[in-house]
Amino acid sequence: MNILSSSHTNRLARGIAISFLSFIAVLGIAMPASADSVGEEYEAAILGNVRIDGEPIQGVRIVVDGNGYNAETVTDEKGRWLIGVPQTGTYNVTLDESTLPEGIAVLEGGATQEVEFGRTDRVTKNFFIGEGTRNATSLFDQIVARLVYGINFGLMLGLAAVGLSLVYGTTGLSNFAHGEMVTIGAVLALIFGVVLQLPLWIAIPIAVGLSAGFGWLMDAGLWRPVRKMGLGIVQLMIVSIGLSLALRYIIQFFIGGGTEQLPGFDEPRVTLFGATALSSTDLISMALSIVVIGGFAYWLLKTKTGKATRAISDNPDLAAASGIDVDKVIRVVWIMAAGMAGLAGVLWAYFRPGIKWDMGTQILLLIFAAVVLGGLGTAFGALVGALVVGILIETSSLLIPADLKYVGALVVLILVLLVRPQGLLGKKQRIG
Amino acid sequence: MDWGSILNNTLQGLLTPTTLAFSLAALGLAMHFGFAGLLNFGIAGFMAIGGYGYAIAVLTFGLPWWAGMLFGIVGSIIFALILGIPTLRLRGDYLAIVTIASAEIIRLLFLTTAFTDVTGSADGLFGFNTRTDGSGFQNANPLPAGSYGAGPFTYNEQTLWVLIFGIIMLVVGVVLLWALMRSPWGRVIKGIREDEDAIRALGKNVFAYKMQALVIGGVYGAMGGIVYATFANVSPGVFVTSLTFFIWTSLLLGGAATILGPVIGSILFWTLQAFLTNVLSEVAISGILPVSTTQASTLRFVLVGVGLMLLVIYRPQGIFGDKRELTFVK
Repeated sequence: MNILSSSHTNRLARGIAISFLSFIAVLGIAMPASADSVGEEYEAAILGNVRIDGEPIQGVRIVVDGNGYNAETVTDEKGRWLIGVPQTGTYNVTLDESTLPEGIAVLEGGATQEVEFGRTDRVTKNFFIGEGTRNATSLFDQIVARLVYGINFGLMLGLAAVGLSLVYGTTGLSNFAHGEMVTIGAVLALIFGVVLQLPLWIAIPIAVGLSAGFGWLMDAGLWRPVRKMGLGIVQLMIVSIGLSLALRYIIQFFIGGGTEQLPGFDEPRVTLFGATALSSTDLISMALSIVVIGGFAYWLLKTKTGKATRAISDNPDLAAASGIDVDKVIRVVWIMAAGMAGLAGVLWAYFRPGIKWDMGTQILLLIFAAVVLGGLGTAFGALVGALVVGILIETSSLLIPADLKYVGALVVLILVLLVRPQGLLGKKQRIG
Repeated sequence: MDWGSILNNTLQGLLTPTTLAFSLAALGLAMHFGFAGLLNFGIAGFMAIGGYGYAIAVLTFGLPWWAGMLFGIVGSIIFALILGIPTLRLRGDYLAIVTIASAEIIRLLFLTTAFTDVTGSADGLFGFNTRTDGSGFQNANPLPAGSYGAGPFTYNEQTLWVLIFGIIMLVVGVVLLWALMRSPWGRVIKGIREDEDAIRALGKNVFAYKMQALVIGGVYGAMGGIVYATFANVSPGVFVTSLTFFIWTSLLLGGAATILGPVIGSILFWTLQAFLTNVLSEVAISGILPVSTTQASTLRFVLVGVGLMLLVIYRPQGIFGDKRELTFVK
């Protein structure tokens, strides 16, 4: 009905359509034999039959979703249903398994299936149902699974976040180029693992080592000279934005705009317990993160350089006056931060999965969210913040659309700043 | 190398709808950062709300073009208020992170498929400037169809109408900002930038002044987005964080704490971009450098990044700025 799109006749046509629909509804009560349907005003429609061994099932809920349109209906006593849609295209059709009789389930393809229109305005979608166990997982299992995925993501994020936070603590720089340090780790793994065909257990350490070397290079070539010039922290921040842009496009210059994969990215996921399914890559990734973060914590708490780092974070002038070589410590911090960011990049390449020139930029704000949540400048705060952000992102997709899950994390970031600007583990003096 | 066409295309970059739109946004950023000292890295979010607000008001609510633009501006005022209440008491670098996050929230909300009927999701919105019922921006175009101007400055009636509208908005914006900044209000704002506590000691409500600055700059940003929307489709791919960084580069190029600096900075930035696009693609095609044309167009963004770094390190006050009125005081 193209008449619907014309604005002058719109209201009239809709009025007619509504009265037509109510007429149908009245007929529906009077003559229950007609197929249960919605969206009759549209020319295109998806329809089907729900039957088991030739016997129709009444009252099964069917939902159609797609192209910004959503409608649902229930089957009539002949098992028939019809849902009109405003335009042809691809839609998701869901059969609500909880409305099927006990012991009956969708056997093939899952309860939600994709339907695509061909040349005609009608498309039929029938579900293969029969006796079987439903693929419905309990909410508890789903939450547990999301928690595990969230911890996996959070640990990866934590690797990047502690480095960013340490750099901030020792130099006052909010480093916007940290995302590119993540990308560089993944790109180096790509160069050694895929282009040069080295085995992964050699390629990844080389990638992390070279990332750390890049940290040294950045401090020696840019940040130390700039510190000596006495630039303010806002200037430093904008310099890092310039560096971020330059590095990002240099990476794009070399690897192009496409997505590359590391070997083993498509390891099958194995169900461990409940609804939790992880691949061997996921497990190795989590173990690696925990070991590296543990080693980092030991370094920060027990070694001389680690203690010096914390002293500089607390009070750089006092630390310098106590005989700590501030520049040397900052150099070490840059090397460690870049190395961990590089490792996070390799893990992020498996988590996404894929290596892309702007992959670091995609999580830069999440890294910042983790650091700010934990308290800028605190290493362990950043780790806690990263786990909170990771878990929040994964569990929130149970409630909100998956493409909005990062929004949830960023909104929480702003809300936390509202009630506790210094972050979870930060000190009050840090706010302005 | 065809220097004639390179020169021609570069001159075209001097006056384009894009330049005008980004000049307006840069003026808003000058208000935020240059004068009030607020590190707003979410100017792309304000532009998105302006552009989308205008497009949605016209397409979904059926408002005429001028009401749609007002709708976008009101949207940006509301956004500024919501953003400002939790964030304005934060120190500079925190504010930068929060504003960049807010702009990204706005962009993701326009990108999600949850609101496709209103926002168009990844495809964005189009067809709101010319309406069948005559209420669109181009329907109000008084110019008869034809070709206007000469040489590199040749425009059809639609582009010229956009340019006229954009120039009027820009002139009004510049005059308004100039008047604001020489008023007592403007002196308080600059005082807050230099020393917030001193202004507080004078009995001024610093928070209220900062909020007013955030709202006014935000309206400029929204106007930038609206002018952009009068000639192009709005889509989430436009209002990315890189856009914010480009506007910052334009602003710092001209001078953050000046009135005309942001405008001239934007013109320079986009003219330079036009120049580099043409030169680099010529270099790639003629084989002077062994790069593909895609790689060549990537190079100009590398140069933007390097340029931004050098600018901030060696001339933070910009071309027209006064060294005494440094904006990086904190």
